[in-house]
Amino acid sequence: MDRLNNKSVKITSQIVYDTPKQLDIKVKNMIEIRIHGRGGQGNVAAAELLSIAAFKDGKFSQAFPSFGAERVGAPVMAFVRINDKKIRTREDVQNPDYLIVQDSNLIGSVPVLDGLKPDGLILINSEKKPEELQLKTTAKVETIPATEIALEIIGRPIPNAIMIGAFCTITGLVSIDAVQEAIMGKFPGRVGENNVAALERAREIMQKR
Amino acid sequence: MLKQIEGSYAVAETVAKCRPNVISAYPITPQTHIVEELASIVGRGDLDAEYVNVESEFSAASVVLGASAAGARAYSATTSQGLLLMSEVIYCIAGMRLPIVFTIANRAISAPLSIWNDQQDSMALRDAGWIQLHAEDNQEAADLHIQAFKIAEETHLPVMVCMDGFILTHAFEPVDVPDQKEVDSFLPPFRPTNIVDPRWPRGIGLFADPRFYMETRFILHRAMEKSEATIKKVSGDFAKAFGRDSGGFIKTYKLKDADVVVISMGSLVGTIKDLIDQLEEEGKKVGLLQICSYRPFPRKEIYNTLKDKMNIVVVEKSISLGRGGILASDVRWSFPRAEKKDRNISSFIAGLGGRNITKNDLRYMVEKVEKEPVELEFLGLKKELISEKDL
Repeated sequence: MDRLNNKSVKITSQIVYDTPKQLDIKVKNMIEIRIHGRGGQGNVAAAELLSIAAFKDGKFSQAFPSFGAERVGAPVMAFVRINDKKIRTREDVQNPDYLIVQDSNLIGSVPVLDGLKPDGLILINSEKKPEELQLKTTAKVETIPATEIALEIIGRPIPNAIMIGAFCTITGLVSIDAVQEAIMGKFPGRVGENNVAALERAREIMQKR
Repeated sequence: MLKQIEGSYAVAETVAKCRPNVISAYPITPQTHIVEELASIVGRGDLDAEYVNVESEFSAASVVLGASAAGARAYSATTSQGLLLMSEVIYCIAGMRLPIVFTIANRAISAPLSIWNDQQDSMALRDAGWIQLHAEDNQEAADLHIQAFKIAEETHLPVMVCMDGFILTHAFEPVDVPDQKEVDSFLPPFRPTNIVDPRWPRGIGLFADPRFYMETRFILHRAMEKSEATIKKVSGDFAKAFGRDSGGFIKTYKLKDADVVVISMGSLVGTIKDLIDQLEEEGKKVGLLQICSYRPFPRKEIYNTLKDKMNIVVVEKSISLGRGGILASDVRWSFPRAEKKDRNISSFIAGLGGRNITKNDLRYMVEKVEKEPVELEFLGLKKELISEKDL
């Protein structure tokens, strides 16, 4: 205060209470991904694996979870950024280019579509066809029955490897080989092998479309 | 080796390479993966250290105090309520001039309970006589630990390496974790000079009556001020040895012709830099002054760097309730009153309890101070949650 207005400058208010909201400022060439799921579906692991794979592909990458709801079943978010240069921004992803939704029931209960770019892409874990979901978005919608595949191949309803496999096949943003390497690095042995098999299945399914 | 790694693990691996003799921590929320991973490293036999699991943060701080007094290189990590519970011991460690290094994963303070990031925890202990270094990203967080042990042992002052909780500790990004050989050649083994030893019985930090106490405070204050030279030297040496600029006293970004200067510290400066680049494309000249060493406070550096800058805005994740921005107060004090210049120093509080700080919030802040100075504003405050009588 003492240093603030020595002479002529007038302070208009003591404390201001509101900040207007606008669309996010995008860093050039930055690719932003938001993952929605429920606690226990491997959302943070999915973000981590994507970022490690992008790193292995020679890109800069950042992954971080949205924290707090570390309970099984609670809605969870995780974020991934990929760019050709060092990533400095730390804010939550506001306007994602890509959405990965690991539980389709989240749509309607949490604002999953919030901020998704009009020309973006949303990949949903669902047995339904994209048009059956009737999403109010101009973004491209893709679906894959990831829980079903996970139960069949991994034996547990953890869809993340399938979702990542489908995502990388559709977008080509991160190489499947790098994701496989990342999975085996994080889960050596049987768990990793099962997840890699699930990833492969997702690739086959998406390539046929 | 450069790898894509979580911040906490990068710090744990780096701390292990600093070869601490004693690590003590209380392993429950609020904690981080840092001490968890260090426990594994010691458990695997990859680090020859005493890992002491204790029943509270107060005990953790007390264990490292005792270990350091006995001549060990000692380390702990904590955050939020854990740091506050340690606070009595934190002051003792500084008063005894023990060169202990702590990682502070900055988080909010109760009540209400919040596990999320801001910087109110380390701010609450800013006056304790600890050096406080703030990391911008996980590379810097890792690198600062190597420097911290060296600074602590050369100045006989404890050091807190502050990194934003969750935003950095739980973020995966590329970090070059140095090799053991590189760390060994930079950081020599700890040679304690002032230890308690049963062969030579004596006490440290025991008792000072009014004839002596004030001098201990004076000496500690001067030691903090003088540590500026060591911090600068060590960060300079680090840059030479490791080929990257990590830490130091202050850093600047696009400051030269800036009409508005933003001052901040911690991970927020990354978002600010991206905003500055965007504004530059739009023809606006905005610069950044980043506080790397918060204690000792870079008062002279700030003045010398910004003496011609008339529009300054401080954005920080902490508040002195009933006073306002803490960093803003420090910055305002950096410019002598006698200077009589028409300088505006605005103060914004942001991101308390993990509230997301977007580039748009920061753009709004910059555009606002272009028009008029702001005494105090809460960025992103939701007015609809506050009743009329609480305004």
